[in-house]
Amino acid sequence: MSRVKEYHPSLLRGLWALTVRELKKWLNDPIMLLMLVIQPLIWMGLLGKSMNLAAMFSAGNLGNIEVPEKIPIPGNYVIPPANGVIYVSGTMVSQIIQQTVSDIGANVMRNVFGVTDYFSYMSIGMISMIVMTTTMFSGMSIVWDRRLGFLDKVLSTPVPRGAIIFSKVLNATLRAMLQATIILTLATIFGLQLSPSFTLINMFGVYAAIFLLSVGLSSVFLAFSLRSTKLERPMQFISLITMPLMFASNTLFPITLMPDWLQAVAYVNPLSYLTDALRQLTILTLDVSKLTTDFMYLGFFATVLSSIGIVLSWRYLSK
Amino acid sequence: MSKEVIVATGLTKVFNKNLVAVDHVSFSVKHGEIFGFLGPNGAGKTTTINMLITVLRPTEGTASILGYDVVKQANEVRKVIGVVPQEYTADEDLTGYENIILCADLYGIPREVSKKRAVELLELVELTSFKDKKVETYSGGMRRRLELASGLINRPRVLFLDEPTLGLDVQTRAATWNYIKRLKEEYDMTIFMTTHYLEEADTLCDRIAIIDYGKIIITGDPEELKHSLGGDIITISIKEDVDISSIIRSVENVKEVRNENGSYRIKVESGEETAPLIIEALRRNGYTVTRLSLTEPTLNEVYLEYTGRSMRDTEESKEAFRSQRMTIRRARAR
Ligand SMILES: Nc1ncnc2c1ncn2[C@@H]1O[C@H](COP(=O)(O)OP(=O)(O)OP(=O)(O)O)[C@@H](O)[C@H]1O
Ligand SMILES: [Mg+2]
Repeated sequence: MSRVKEYHPSLLRGLWALTVRELKKWLNDPIMLLMLVIQPLIWMGLLGKSMNLAAMFSAGNLGNIEVPEKIPIPGNYVIPPANGVIYVSGTMVSQIIQQTVSDIGANVMRNVFGVTDYFSYMSIGMISMIVMTTTMFSGMSIVWDRRLGFLDKVLSTPVPRGAIIFSKVLNATLRAMLQATIILTLATIFGLQLSPSFTLINMFGVYAAIFLLSVGLSSVFLAFSLRSTKLERPMQFISLITMPLMFASNTLFPITLMPDWLQAVAYVNPLSYLTDALRQLTILTLDVSKLTTDFMYLGFFATVLSSIGIVLSWRYLSK
Repeated sequence: MSKEVIVATGLTKVFNKNLVAVDHVSFSVKHGEIFGFLGPNGAGKTTTINMLITVLRPTEGTASILGYDVVKQANEVRKVIGVVPQEYTADEDLTGYENIILCADLYGIPREVSKKRAVELLELVELTSFKDKKVETYSGGMRRRLELASGLINRPRVLFLDEPTLGLDVQTRAATWNYIKRLKEEYDMTIFMTTHYLEEADTLCDRIAIIDYGKIIITGDPEELKHSLGGDIITISIKEDVDISSIIRSVENVKEVRNENGSYRIKVESGEETAPLIIEALRRNGYTVTRLSLTEPTLNEVYLEYTGRSMRDTEESKEAFRSQRMTIRRARAR
């Protein structure tokens, strides 16, 4: 048997192979794909449609207010004064009231949420929420690889250690992007109103923002999962922080309506910046300066967290 | 190239600063040998392998594979070794074929080569008809064979087998060993393996090391080890009711004689050669041998002698197998 020539394991080749492995794992899983669709549907149904804040102020709710057919107006309210009373058409007044209230409602909505329908507002918040949990969980999946010995097997091959780490991060990111696309599509079908300034090019921005958050979060969770001896720890940690992170951000409600202490948290919460970036790019009239701030913060967050995460994981894998 | 393929010197692994899993282990394996690590659960076999295959960093000591240091030249080591781990590590959600190709990609083997090789290897371990089935549908034996095939994808020069037949039934074990021997010839490999099946170590290994509590107790080829016990045991009875101990003791190569109610237990260097001499000596003195039996020591006796424990721990290995299945099930329950 002739000795075979030496092969050169490359970072890209290994990264691709390991990423494809992960993609196959969930793309071949119909239940998993179904979940990707069902989860946002539930959220939209529960939060977006049932808690429809805008409806409280909308004309529809005033429809059954009883207005008499004829409204008498006492003489001293009428200029020039006349004896007796004059009559105004009740229907007309009712229409005016409805219109006015409705206008006020829309203004309130626009002032508070930036858009007139809560559904659009909330759907985008949901994208960042789901993106966040997905990334954290995907970073965690390395726990299984370690448990089942797959990681040791991979470590005994000459594949660059970086490929192992980046494949997890890349997988988390791709997953998050797919989910974002699914949610945005579903939401649009169910009535999300894209702003007139939206073009498909904006989607690159959406993906870029998601990419930044995913890279940061998944690499930190990767390191955390690699280093925690108990499998349950990362799980517990995720369930501990997701709710607080969600409520201490603009995913569901505007920051300006929050008490001061919560505002302080929301202003450092990367979720707020991701959500704002996504809203700027989809449902709001694009405010470039705000979007720039969002991206700068997300970029900063991604750089810091992924450096920490990647360094820690690297150390662990080459111990 | 030196003939020593694996050299370990004072190899030590301490977990959590106080658990000494492997304790200053030194040995060397020559080209073409099958070297076996024999020891009970928790002896430190897997930990030793993990250091040799660069997955764990030794706390102390050094080891080299084909001259490459396992710490300083880890990447060179990884290129020349193949590993068949104790657990089933294949990805359950992929097919057997996909698993092998994945392995090949990690080694950087070009696809044209790896595709051909994967087919060849799957043929060799008789998994061709299952190659496109997901691994979660495989039986234990099939998984082992798949591990074997993927461990060989880079044509390793040194193959590490960690309990390659753990949990397999007798037939499958025999078949697995046939593959391994065939592959060894074909690829001209040196093999380092661990096992706790004594028969396996005895029939397959050119040399074995008995390891317990992280220390190598003794190293040698199986025959040598058995002989080191002081050879065979001859049991003899005669018709006459006389003590013949002194006559037997005078025979060459007899080490120890014990009279156990008229039957004599004789420890000798080599049973086959000494038994006729004893019979002859007794005949010359006018005694008639009525019964004679010869037992060769097995590795079990060796094991017993050196560790003070019997190696017949089939219950334990069943336990190990069960826990392994648990791992698989847990993975599925995900
Ligand atoms: N990662 C680890 N952290 C802490 N202790 C460990 C670790 N891995 C192994 N050990 C301990 O080291 C000792 C040796 O374990 P090892 O797995 O090497 O045994 P083994 O000889 O392979 O046993 P088996 O026959 O059960 O496979 C055991 O006491 C085990 O508990
Ligand atoms: Mg072991």
